Amino acid sequence: MPVPRRAKLLQKRRVALLFYESSTRTRTSFELAAKSLGADTVLVSALSSSIEKGESLKDTGLTLRALGAECIILRHPNSGAPFLLARETGLPVLNAGDGMHEHPSQALLDLRTILSRLGRAQHTRAVARVPIDEKTLTGVTVTITGDILHSRVARSNALLLPRLGAQVVLCGPPELLPEIAADIGPGISIERDFERALARSQVVMMLRIQKERLAGLQLDLARYIERYQLNGERLRRYAPEALVMHPGPMIRGLEITSDVADGPQSAITEQVHHGVAVRMALLARALGSTAARTHRATRKARPA
Amino acid sequence: MSAILIRGGRLIDPAAGIDATRDLLLEQGLVAAVGAPGALDAAARERHATALDATGRVVAPGFIDIHVHLREPGQAYKETIASGTRAAAAGGFTTVCAMPNTTPVNDSPEITRWMQAPERNAAIRVLPIAAATRGSMGEQLTDYAALKAAGAVAISDDGKPILGDAIMRDALALGARVGLPVIQHAENTDCTHGASMNLGALSFRLGLRGMSVEAESSIVERDIALLATMRDTPAHLHVAHLSTAAALDAVRRAKAEGLRVTCEVAPHHFALTEQAIGDYDTHAKMNPPLRSEQDRLALIAGLADGTVDAIATDHAPHAPHEKEQEFERTPNGITGLETALGLSLQTLHHEHNIPLARIVELLTSGPARVLHLAQCGSLIKGRPADLVIFSPDETWTYATSHSLSKNSPFLGWDLPGRVYATIFGGWVLDPAKSAGA
Repeated sequence: MPVPRRAKLLQKRRVALLFYESSTRTRTSFELAAKSLGADTVLVSALSSSIEKGESLKDTGLTLRALGAECIILRHPNSGAPFLLARETGLPVLNAGDGMHEHPSQALLDLRTILSRLGRAQHTRAVARVPIDEKTLTGVTVTITGDILHSRVARSNALLLPRLGAQVVLCGPPELLPEIAADIGPGISIERDFERALARSQVVMMLRIQKERLAGLQLDLARYIERYQLNGERLRRYAPEALVMHPGPMIRGLEITSDVADGPQSAITEQVHHGVAVRMALLARALGSTAARTHRATRKARPA
Repeated sequence: MSAILIRGGRLIDPAAGIDATRDLLLEQGLVAAVGAPGALDAAARERHATALDATGRVVAPGFIDIHVHLREPGQAYKETIASGTRAAAAGGFTTVCAMPNTTPVNDSPEITRWMQAPERNAAIRVLPIAAATRGSMGEQLTDYAALKAAGAVAISDDGKPILGDAIMRDALALGARVGLPVIQHAENTDCTHGASMNLGALSFRLGLRGMSVEAESSIVERDIALLATMRDTPAHLHVAHLSTAAALDAVRRAKAEGLRVTCEVAPHHFALTEQAIGDYDTHAKMNPPLRSEQDRLALIAGLADGTVDAIATDHAPHAPHEKEQEFERTPNGITGLETALGLSLQTLHHEHNIPLARIVELLTSGPARVLHLAQCGSLIKGRPADLVIFSPDETWTYATSHSLSKNSPFLGWDLPGRVYATIFGGWVLDPAKSAGA
């Protein structure tokens, strides 16, 4: 779509960003995506609103709707909160991360990144063992390593990528990766040995240890680093061709070292870059053609 | 109060060993006579009795629910004793036992008496269950003898477990001395912090912290081990809202060893599994949580084979604003008094072929035996005229509730077992008349 037409796609539509948790990438990315389609955005964050005074999610949602919001982008510390908000407001709600549940727009931008990089790499290097047609992930193994238990990014990717044919390997210590994780969907397996997992992967996705969600869990960080850190030596030895990804925020020196994060195999900034386009698509879909018609109809129906 | 003749119904009175067509004559609030069809007509005429035709319907002792939360004192915005007992009557119950997790906690003879005072305007019999420890804090035992004298029929810290070994042993011992069963909410809260559903693949998938099966079964096993050291006393352990196959097996083994252990199961645990949570439906959040299909089927087997002693609803009303919250923040529990019979008939009788008489037993003489309620649960001559008349096959839609709260996942369901009349102490109750509520 040409840029001028795209810039008017959601012209003057009202999009609310409702953030109960801090965010850099997701928030900015959704905001820029909405603005680049012509929408007006408003940010409500928990710490500078009536949420601090005890206003419920339902009432916050109804307030935003009464102010004209036609779509709410929600980040929330409780799993399932977007379902509640959608039920109570009847508005399209985009999940920008809910508790330990899902972060679907992140998984979609990760998918976009994998398809682009592996598809491109095919012409230059033999990264993928089978041809990638930029639409499926058949024959591709993606290892997700780290704090799987608390990670909504891990869940969304583990549920999404096998739908396109990928094998997802989850890797981490039992405290952060219970056996039951392999049962949440098809195409998911567990490999505790990070190096073995690396050796069979075309993509390796690293996750941050979520100190805020550990809830009393004791973790020996030195031992964690020794077994699960993605460092230059490990990468060269076991996965010299693999694509390296991280949803951010990274803790350099913990789950990943700087030479890897900034190295040629890294797609980390590319992930962020793809986020804007993916979220533009999500917003266009949420407020798309049918929504637009309803919107115009209500405008017309409104008394002058 | 005029005499009533109930004619032509199928009387199911498991305690009396009756499952046959019988007429009943009720007089002065008591069962005056039970007889073959027509045999009581003359006596009824003599007394100018009102006739109630129960042909094609089941006549049973009024149901007994040994686990309800009536929310008074202190949380009348959720439920009152008046409203909760009207919901109970609508569901065919004539006796309910009210748990002590009120505000303040019912840990005193004063509150125990207050709950039974005529001013509460109960539609049916309310028997309080008093707190096992002061404030249900799990530290200091309450005065069981005084609580029993005030009318308490059991003790429990329901909502919270009695965790410490020593305090649980003391509770069982004191309960044994005064003749009160100890009802345990079996949950090892040390490993359920922040949990809001059953632990398993689904809880992982939904990103919710889960309660393990062991969190329940380990406490049941611990309590049974304590009881085994007290064989020379009449100590009686009753396991509330048992929800797992593992805990049920522990109870089954203990019963085989001759220990005084009883247990109850809630209708939602045999009618639903954790799948009912769907898109975080807070009406599928309770404690203990909805479990796996394997657990559900084990509970049904236990209800059929006699391991389970009673069906108890754990009726737990909550206001809309409390249930319209994030799943993890919303309080546990659903209402259950109006749907217990329907779910029992649908799941246990129609789907799993458990005989009607066994279901009636689980709702009447079973719970009466658990709490030694000598006057309730049977319709032999001289007992209170507490009974229910229902049609086991006729379906109805659960569309409105007499409870102050509407937090039920079963609203809108079509259920079998329409209740035609609930009679308490010889009075035909009309739950639509919410007297003074």
